[in-house]
Amino acid sequence: MGTAHMFGPRRLQKSVWQRFLGLNWGIVLATVMLASAGFAMLYSVADGTWDPWASRQMVRFAIALAIMLIIAVIDIRYWVAVAYPAWFAGILLLFAVEVVGDTGMGGQRWLDLGFMRLQPSELVKIATVMAIARYFHGRSQIQSRSLRSLIVPLLLLLIPFALVVRQPDLGTALMIITGGVAVIFLAGAPAWLFVVSGIGVTAAIPIAWQFLRPYQKDRILTFMNPESDPLGAGYQITQSKIALGSGGMTGKGFLEGTQSHLNFLPEMKTDFIFTVLVEEFGLVGAAIVLALYGIVLTYGLLIGIGCRNQFGRLLASGLAVTLFLYVLINVGMVMGLLPVVGVPLPLISYGGSAMLTWMLAYGLILSVSTHRHVTIAPKGSGII
Amino acid sequence: MPREGLRYQTYSRRTLLLAGLQGLALAALGARLYYLSVVNGEKYRLRADKNRISIRLIAPERGEIFDRNGEKLATNTQDLRVLLVPEQADQLQPTLKKVQQIIDLDDRGLSRIERRIRRQRKFVPVTLAQGLDWETFSRLNVEIPRLPGVQTDAGLSRLYPGGEAIAHLVGYLAGPDEEDVVKSPLYQLPGFKIGRQGLERRYESTLRGASGTRRVEVNSVGREIRELPPREEALRGSDLHLTLDMRLQQYVMQELGEEAAGVVVLDIATGDILTMASSPGYDPNEFTRGISNANWQALLKDPRAPLLNKSVSGQYPPGSTIKMVVALAALEQGLISPDTTHYCNGKHRLGNHTFHCWQNRGHGKVDLMQAIAKSCDVYFYELAEKLDIDLIADMARRFGMGAVFDVGIDGEKEGLVPTREWKRIFQQQSWQLGETLNVAIGQGAMLATPLQLAVMTARLASGQQITPRIVHKNGDEPVFHQPLDVNPFHLETVKRTMEMVMEQGGTAHDYSRRKSAPRLAGKTGTAQVRRITLEERAGEGGVLDNSELPWQSRDHALFVGYAPAENPRYAVSVVVQHGGGGSSVAAPLARRFLDKTLELNTTQTEEQA
Repeated sequence: MGTAHMFGPRRLQKSVWQRFLGLNWGIVLATVMLASAGFAMLYSVADGTWDPWASRQMVRFAIALAIMLIIAVIDIRYWVAVAYPAWFAGILLLFAVEVVGDTGMGGQRWLDLGFMRLQPSELVKIATVMAIARYFHGRSQIQSRSLRSLIVPLLLLLIPFALVVRQPDLGTALMIITGGVAVIFLAGAPAWLFVVSGIGVTAAIPIAWQFLRPYQKDRILTFMNPESDPLGAGYQITQSKIALGSGGMTGKGFLEGTQSHLNFLPEMKTDFIFTVLVEEFGLVGAAIVLALYGIVLTYGLLIGIGCRNQFGRLLASGLAVTLFLYVLINVGMVMGLLPVVGVPLPLISYGGSAMLTWMLAYGLILSVSTHRHVTIAPKGSGII
Repeated sequence: MPREGLRYQTYSRRTLLLAGLQGLALAALGARLYYLSVVNGEKYRLRADKNRISIRLIAPERGEIFDRNGEKLATNTQDLRVLLVPEQADQLQPTLKKVQQIIDLDDRGLSRIERRIRRQRKFVPVTLAQGLDWETFSRLNVEIPRLPGVQTDAGLSRLYPGGEAIAHLVGYLAGPDEEDVVKSPLYQLPGFKIGRQGLERRYESTLRGASGTRRVEVNSVGREIRELPPREEALRGSDLHLTLDMRLQQYVMQELGEEAAGVVVLDIATGDILTMASSPGYDPNEFTRGISNANWQALLKDPRAPLLNKSVSGQYPPGSTIKMVVALAALEQGLISPDTTHYCNGKHRLGNHTFHCWQNRGHGKVDLMQAIAKSCDVYFYELAEKLDIDLIADMARRFGMGAVFDVGIDGEKEGLVPTREWKRIFQQQSWQLGETLNVAIGQGAMLATPLQLAVMTARLASGQQITPRIVHKNGDEPVFHQPLDVNPFHLETVKRTMEMVMEQGGTAHDYSRRKSAPRLAGKTGTAQVRRITLEERAGEGGVLDNSELPWQSRDHALFVGYAPAENPRYAVSVVVQHGGGGSSVAAPLARRFLDKTLELNTTQTEEQA
């Protein structure tokens, strides 16, 4: 390594243990608090028992937390090196479950990891952001502004997008595209491009409508007017709004939610767990949880400002935007602001996929934070 | 690093822009939540309550029916039942098998229960058995911890301890009809029953009471989770107190046995109906439980008409029991004096038709006393020739014939008091004198119910317009009856003749009766239900005896009477359908009923005792 990196190598001498102690423990604590809110709500949904959901969720979280901490202390240059291979692996897995899974595995879209089931589409969310960040890491400001350098990122983005849309998993597809576009935007692509694309997408909505499946159209129509279908999909939104609204300022009390405990709410342990939380803890409880998400996600978004390598900056911000979208879609959905698209609330909803995505992403974000003083050569780290 | 600096600047600017957008989005979510839970919180709270709170009715406990001595005629008993909530049972088959070892449940019943379980929602309890005895019930309760989903339950069901003896009076309960269900939300309660016959129907609104309400929390599929205060208790129905003496009623029914008969016993002073019996009876409990089709068909097809309340709905020719009324009509008109005599040779000619006395060989020379004591028909033919039918009808009405007293029992019939006008309107013919002769001996068109005959007797005995009643309306308020518009001297004369009926030579004389026994007064009647042809009368054996006839052609046996003769307190009427002769069948029964009534001394007040 040359003298240009004279501060880098010295700092890299930090041991794993030093890096571990240097982690942002405030963010780890906020993450644990959000997950704990999830345990409490799963305990409530099961009518005051740890079985069957809260206990399993705790085991999952413990494993995911360990994975997050391991990722956080691994040298960021490893992640630069695995960015493209991870993307390829993700695409292969998507193919595997899409093509092979449909025929050979009875249509399943997940891989069984033993302690949880992993959807490749979740991994692809992270891998896409990593790959695009890796691409722009090697591009100068001038290069980043040219339209020619958009070809590779768009391919990195559209291939997984197309595969996920085919599933069809609109929520995940939306998150992949948003995360990718956010990285391209932050990397410095011309601003007019986004304005024009925005107009273009709006104009294309009527055309895209034609390609939606009937149930997807139903969901959107029901979202527009929930009362039109008070017993079908509109029932879910209506009941969720009743639960949210009836919680009032301070809620009905832990284990006292009537909409949830009397089963008026749908999908309580997964998509509508935020509703259960607000019914029992009210606007105050909701504000605390949303504030925790806000703190953690804003940290992720802004950590790059103090980072000395473009890869880390783009990776952290891109992942934070992706995760923010999770929260926004889920909470907007249960409030009747967005159509019901089946996106869980990460860390709180029951289930492993969203939690693992969140923890892997935050492992990387923490890693970016830990290695914020590290500079990396445009061509890569040279570690591998 | 100028290049790096430029990239960094763009990145920082745009990151802050995104952070701002994120902040805005979070604020929008917060605002939306504020709008839902604070601005519209009240509205959603109400909707949440509407979701979860359901108002349910509480069925009132039905009022009981008592006889005059406080004996229960209709009551509510604990119905011990065992229920199964299918969703709470781990395994249905083994649970049912275990229950089957305790309760009496055959395989057919078991498959019926299994069908029910499949049909209805899993949280709705299915009745496995009801009407359990305490022993079985306790054994079940011991086993219940090992039988998930099985519950025991004590509800109320109607019980008529008197059974057959009072079926016609109290009636029975049954579930509301399909079309009735909309009339009251109470009718939708499972197991709710309403009065279908008798007093149960007539006094439905009194007995029922008022329903209460309770608020229950229900879940999204309507299952009850728990009850929420406040609870408005149901108002128990009012009790019904009858004038009936159940001991006498039971005795009468027992004595009537298998006969098709109607009997009414009245307390003359008050008009209280002490007994109103109709035989054969039926078990009202069977109806309340739900009668089987086979048993129902058997009741319908029985020629003795068990379902008919013969005391008020049975209309019979009064036979010779009408003769006191005819005699009074003649006395009041001054047509006869008690000493007026006629000669009876067994027949009486009117135009070219011969009217026969029941006594073929005739009674010889008879005065009014003997004419009633021996029930001479010819004497009354003579009277009838001089009496207008409307005069007889007028006198009959004064004694309660043709009247509906509306005592509170369904199906009270008015009988028939024929008049000239009636004949003109209903048969478009003018009245014939021969018809008056028939009416004068109680054959003809005249019809009376046992209740009317008892009222007639009570009025004869008291000279007052006795009105019968079966429900105590205002406790023990004294009852005043208007005197009858009949010369008391004439009434006394007729009462003497009724005493003579029971004496030696009278049609209802009992040789075995002890001298010390209370003296009775009465009148026999035999109502012919077939036409006796000239050929039969002229034939070798003469008029066929009742025992030679099929049941449906036999005479009705009647008796009316009162006791004690010198100080009348109780009046009785007995009609035994196709029973045979009044003196041989009805009179002995009536004597026993009157003696029993006197023995029970039911209406005597404590001061008198």
